[in-house]
Amino acid sequence: MTVRRFDAMVIGGGLVGSAIAWGLRREGLSVALLDEGDAAYRASRGNFGLVWVQSKGLGAPWYQRWTRQSAESWAALADDLAKQTGLSLGLSQPGGLHLCLSDQEMKDRETRLEQMKREAGNYGFDYRMLDAREAREMLPGLGPAVVGASFTPYDGHVSPLALLRSLHHGFTALGGVYLPNVKITGIATAPRNFLLQTNLGTIQAERAVLAAGLGNAALATHFGLKAPVRPQRGQVLVTERARAALPMPTTTIRQTGEGSIMLGDSVEEVGFDTRQSQPVMAEIAHRAALCFPWIGKLNVVRAWSALRVMSPDGLPIYEQSETLPGAFTANCHSGVTLAAAHGKLLAPMIARGELDPFLAPFSAKRF
Amino acid sequence: MFRTRPDHRPETVQVFVEGRALMVPEGSSAAAAMLIAGLPAMRETPVSGSPRLAWCMMGVCFDCLAEIDGIANRQACMVPVAAGMRIARQHGAREVPR
Repeated sequence: MTVRRFDAMVIGGGLVGSAIAWGLRREGLSVALLDEGDAAYRASRGNFGLVWVQSKGLGAPWYQRWTRQSAESWAALADDLAKQTGLSLGLSQPGGLHLCLSDQEMKDRETRLEQMKREAGNYGFDYRMLDAREAREMLPGLGPAVVGASFTPYDGHVSPLALLRSLHHGFTALGGVYLPNVKITGIATAPRNFLLQTNLGTIQAERAVLAAGLGNAALATHFGLKAPVRPQRGQVLVTERARAALPMPTTTIRQTGEGSIMLGDSVEEVGFDTRQSQPVMAEIAHRAALCFPWIGKLNVVRAWSALRVMSPDGLPIYEQSETLPGAFTANCHSGVTLAAAHGKLLAPMIARGELDPFLAPFSAKRF
Repeated sequence: MFRTRPDHRPETVQVFVEGRALMVPEGSSAAAAMLIAGLPAMRETPVSGSPRLAWCMMGVCFDCLAEIDGIANRQACMVPVAAGMRIARQHGAREVPR
């Protein structure tokens, strides 16, 4: 079989892989994007869709900063993609609220955000604690159980499926080569020279970006890298469409551009079990109805679970292999929030062949 | 275009479709009642406002959403008629119940 040669191959066609592949193509590299197919766990199809800053990076200001940079680049990403594809991502970044249901939660939240502001240093971190009255002014229909909220102006939301579609569409429109249903049958490596045997033939590239989500754990070892990621299950409920009622998202509740209300943010350590569970779904619905009693009167029309890609400390992993330079890992559970960082900041570094020093704390050597 | 089943169904109930009284065979669905009433469309979609009529009649396509007895967005094909039932078109997305 013939060998197809590229400047870069990106393994993994989810949000992380396709954002990087899109960015590499924009840097002028020839790029193959290898997608496993529906046998994969497909975290990018189960996403909630927040572009979220206010809960991220406590004790890890480099992560807070990376997340902020991505949120700040998001409008430009949406703009670039819309120009390329004509598709709207439904991006809205009006800020976001984290609702608190007890005085203790309010206190804990304030402590957390105070610390984040301290850690942000000169970079700054704006937040405000809102009492119940102020929170009600911002989000009409809040229930009596809500005692207050925290607000940061950086947060927002977007359609994660439209994002994935736009990245794929944009990547191929730029001349990128998308290869779906790829099965890797053999891997041969040398510095800046990577050869994959696949069911679609042999693919060779100077750069290999591992963005296979949970698949990275096994894949990384072939490239002199480590990606100790584990699955963490999240469940999502979606209501029927309703007229616009939520002007901004909260940590666990958002109204899509089409009017559906999404409820989510459960966390379960259940391995590779992608089933749903009634008690968790009931808890999600119960908490949503405590926050907004009127949501309890809407019909739930869809529900699903998906597996987050979690590192031991919850932060992303970015690294270039020391033994096999040219090979990079990219792992995170925030494929939506970080899409702008991946496409516009990380991809140019990979194209140059070197990660900027400020990404050093994301190396898997920390584990 | 729409014709009722040919089998003999003498029992009927009275429902109100868009406020108009109508006798329909007992056991019909609310969607069938709307078709019998001859409505040109049952709803407009929330996103583009495009008109829709019942399509699958078996609970899958969600194109027959209607306001039934004051409750919005019900799948009319899955709701059997009852005497006095009030069935109205669903105009776009529902209001949130406050």
